[in-house]
This record gives sequence, structure tokens and C-alpha cells, in this order.
Amino acid sequence: MAAHTSQSVAKAADDEGPDAPAVRGRSRMTDKRGGARRALATHWYAWAMIAPVVLVLGVIIGWPLVRGVYLSLTDANERNVARTIGANHIEATYKFVGLDNYADVLADPVFLQRLVWTITWTVLCVSITFALGLALATMLNRQFRGRAAYRMALILPWAVPGFVSVFAWRFLFNRDSGILNKLLDGGGISAIPWLDDPTWAKVSVIAVNVWLGVPFMMVALLGGLQSIPGELYEAAEMDGAAPWQRFRHITLPGLRAVSMTVILLSTIWTFNMFPVIFLLTRGGPGDSTEILVTQAFREAFVSSPRDFAGSATWGVLILALLMIFALVYRRSLRKQGEVW
Amino acid sequence: MTVTTDVSVRKRGERSPLASTGLHATLIVASVIAVFPVLWVVLTSIKPAKHAISTDFVKEPTLDNYRYLVESTSFFTWFGNSVLVAGITTVLGVFIAATTGYAVSRFKFPGMKPLMWTLLITQMFPMAILIVPLYNLMGQLGLLNQPLGLIITYLTIAVPFCAWMMKGFFDTIPVEIDESGRVDGLNPFGTFWRLILPLAKPGLAVTGFYAFITAWGEVAYASAFMVGDEHLTLAGGLQTFVTQYTSNWGAMSAASVLIAIPAAFFFLFAQRHLVAGMTAGATKG
Repeated sequence: MAAHTSQSVAKAADDEGPDAPAVRGRSRMTDKRGGARRALATHWYAWAMIAPVVLVLGVIIGWPLVRGVYLSLTDANERNVARTIGANHIEATYKFVGLDNYADVLADPVFLQRLVWTITWTVLCVSITFALGLALATMLNRQFRGRAAYRMALILPWAVPGFVSVFAWRFLFNRDSGILNKLLDGGGISAIPWLDDPTWAKVSVIAVNVWLGVPFMMVALLGGLQSIPGELYEAAEMDGAAPWQRFRHITLPGLRAVSMTVILLSTIWTFNMFPVIFLLTRGGPGDSTEILVTQAFREAFVSSPRDFAGSATWGVLILALLMIFALVYRRSLRKQGEVW
Repeated sequence: MTVTTDVSVRKRGERSPLASTGLHATLIVASVIAVFPVLWVVLTSIKPAKHAISTDFVKEPTLDNYRYLVESTSFFTWFGNSVLVAGITTVLGVFIAATTGYAVSRFKFPGMKPLMWTLLITQMFPMAILIVPLYNLMGQLGLLNQPLGLIITYLTIAVPFCAWMMKGFFDTIPVEIDESGRVDGLNPFGTFWRLILPLAKPGLAVTGFYAFITAWGEVAYASAFMVGDEHLTLAGGLQTFVTQYTSNWGAMSAASVLIAIPAAFFFLFAQRHLVAGMTAGATKG
């Protein structure tokens, strides 16, 4: 078997396809066990190589995931889960309650409120970030003096760890002593309650998240722009295409693959963006900026008594939403003939 | 963006002075917005604490905030905790995921598609789905408030994306190299270990770096699992300076600078490869 090159292994697997066992059965083997043994002989390298990841994922993701789903079907909270106080070990006393938690969460208007704001937040953040990233990438894609310096400056928000930047923004946004309000004051404009007013708080968290997200978009799209052959633009110019037409018919189609990827990544990141909301506003004022993930966190770790079952329920619902999104997204990619 | 009236006198790609000014003006505004918050924190960190909220750019520059940080807070304990947790997570993550990245890049085997999907889906797992079961599990194992507990938790994030990212890097190494190894009588493990891994070192470094930065900046698990001054990581420690009731902006800014400098420094070196790694894995799937 050692004689197999990776290429031929890949090819063999390619040729086999879904109806491979039948072909193999006809040519040589009649029983299933022989097929399994042959598969093992061919693929044991690959299986041995993926074994560590499969094992680790099974233990630290698979098992907690199953437990999480189970907890969402119980009435677990901090008073009835298994715990150790000093030397005493207290057994778990929570019980199975079926789908009650889901019924409670879905019937509560809070869920719809959170969902609407989470979607608003995700859509606004991703679209603004993408638009700004694309604009800056297009500018940086030209030749001019000082380009490297601009690039360096524009990337900085990405280079600083997120939680540090969020604190920096909290400092700037501070109502009485923040620099932003002092500058406005200098211009004769009265102070804006950046983080203390529900609407302004929403604007602020979006602004900070956009500020954090633009560099990644910009760098990724710049990479995409640079891979578009220059000849296309020359040819278009020969044919008399105006700048906007060139952008519309060469640049945008050329960026499609990378755009799809960064939009997918950025949507998932934003949807799950815990630190910005948690560190900037703690979901406040009141609960006006609370998104789904911070709500789940609040149920289990902020509110009292800690409601583990409720938090798990929110978690499962969030995961379900993301799965639906990924499936829809994948279907739309397929329709457009993407490989993936 | 050439202005159409006098296009004949300018060469291709040249801009009118007006367009050029516009370009620079826009980029300068964008750069100021990008840099200002960071710069402001750096400047605040060298102001005396009582002038932390002053609008002057520089006011009586001093290192008092840093001295305070070193002498009166547990900053270096937090820093040590973060280095320990992020460092071990990185090493384990890269080590566990490397062979998988190679296998899915080179072989086709039964179970590959489900594996790829699992790797992709686990990357979009919100922490909300795992945090409660992991918290209870760690509680039962006595691993709450222990670095080990946080390391295991971070591996749930690090392993899937390390595997995913390394697949992208292995894809860029020509298959001919594997073939030459086979011709010389190496089995797949030998090929991987002796030929591919040395070539993939830059990719491993970038993957490891990204794993490190992610663990370094993680907030949710760290806030929930670690309590008590001496157990906090940096993300938790920084929160103690600015709470609902107190705002120690001077200490906050000095700590921010010390946290951000090493990260930013490495980041600026690694970022080009970073984007390639993240997007390549996803587009070629």
C-alpha cells in the first residue's frame, strides 16, 4: 500500500464515487467484510491522521453539545445542579421538563425583540463594514505615494486585541469626561449620551464594531482586487468603458469569490460578537443593546439565580438560527455554481 | 479616476490633481479615525492619573500609571495567566490539528465531507451553546478557576480553525513534493513529517499566531470561568479598572498599552498571510 501516491489515492477515491462498492463487488469481492478491509487498507493513513481531531472534537465539543441540548430540556439552575461546597458533594436534583423552556422563551416577547435587534445589528454592521472596506481597498489598490503608510494606519484597529479597543472606545464615549463629548462641546454642540441612551447606545456599538471589522474586510478585498488581471481593465478602457462601468463589470465580478467568503465569515462573527456588546454596554442601558449571545450569557452568569437551562435553550436556538443561515447561504452559492 | 475632458494629456492611470487631493483627503480622514482611539489611549497612559480626562494631547508626561500598574495591581499575574493559557492552547491546537489539515488537503477518504462540515460548523458555534455545559462540566471536574479548564475550553475554538486554516496552507504546497517523497520510499507519515511540515513552517507560525491572538482576546469564557484577582486573565483584569462605579482610566490605558504592544507588533508581520489562510480554506473547501 505504501506504493500509493497521494495523487493515486485521491484519483482512486474519485473514480470510486458513490457506487464504488458495487463495482468493486463485481470485479473482486463478494462479501462486505472484504470491502471494509480494503477500505481500511487504503484509507488508514488518512483516518489515523484525522483521529486526534475527531477524538478531541468528540470529547470537548460533541459531549458538551449533547449535554447542552439535554440541559435545555430540564429545569437546571444554580440551586439544583451537582456542585461541591467545601467537602460536601451535592447531587444534581434538576428534572426533565420536555420542551417547556422552548415554549417559555418563544412565547416571551423578549425573544422576538432580541432577534430583531440581533438581525438589525448584524445586517447593518456587515453591510457598512463591507462598503467601507471595499471603498478603502479600491483606493489602496492604486499606485501613489504613501500607500504603505496608509495601509499600516488603516490596519491598526485589527492589530490591537479587541477587548482593549473596546475599552479605548468606552473611554472616548464617556459622557462627562470622554474626548468625543469634549470636542463636541468645543464646537458648541451639547453632549451626546453615547452609551446612556438606548438609540445612541445602538449607534455606538455598531460604530465600534464597524471600526473593528473594516481592516479585515479591507485587507481581504485588497487581496482580491490585486488578483484581478490588469489586462481586463486595459481592454475595457480600449472599448471606452467609463470608470463606473469598469468597476461594475470587472471589479465586482472579480471580487465575487472573496466577497462571498468574507461576508459569510463576518456575518457569523458579528452575530456572535460577544465582547463589543458585553464590554461596551453590558447589553444596556436597560436591555436595549442585548443581542442573542449576550442574553444567553446573562441568563447563566449575570442574573440571579443563574438559570442554566434557560441559557442552554437560548444557545440551542442561536445555533439553530445559524445553521439555517448557513444552509440558505450554501444553497444560494450552489445556485450560482460555486464549487462549495 | 481620470477627468474625461483632458484625458488625452495624461497617461493611463494618472490622476488629475483634484482627484489626487480627494484620494489623499479621504485616506487621511480614514487613517485618523483608525488611529485616533489607539493613539489617545497611548497618550492618556503617559498623563498623570489626575489629568487622565484632559483634552490636551500631552500633559506633564510621566510613567506613574505604569508604576502604579506594576506596584499596586496584579497586572503581571494576569499577564502570566494569559500567556500560559494562550500559549498552551496554541501549541496543543496546532499540534492536534496539523495532521488533519494535511489529510484533508491531500487525501480523499470516506468521512472527509462530514469532517469538513464539522470543522466549518464548529467554527460558527456561538459560545452560548457550549458555555453552560462546559461550565458545569468544569465545575464537576474541579477545573473552574484553573488555567487547565480554560485551556480545554479554548481548544474547542482553536482546534477546528487550526485544522481549517492549515488545510489552506497545505493546499499551497505542490503535490509533486509528496510524490517525490513516495518515490523515495517514504510513507505518508514520513512525507508529512520530513517534507511537508518543514515547508509549511510559515503557515504553522501564522496559524499558531492566530490561535494565540484569539485566546489572548477571548472575553466570554474568561469572564465566566475565572474569578478572584489572582486567577484572572487580561480580559478579566482590564474589566476591574473600569466598572459601573469606578473608572481608573490611567491604569486602564497603561494596561491597554502593555497588552496591545506585543500583539500588534507580531500582528503587523503576520497579517498578510493571515487573510490568505482564512479565505483560502473557505473558498477552495
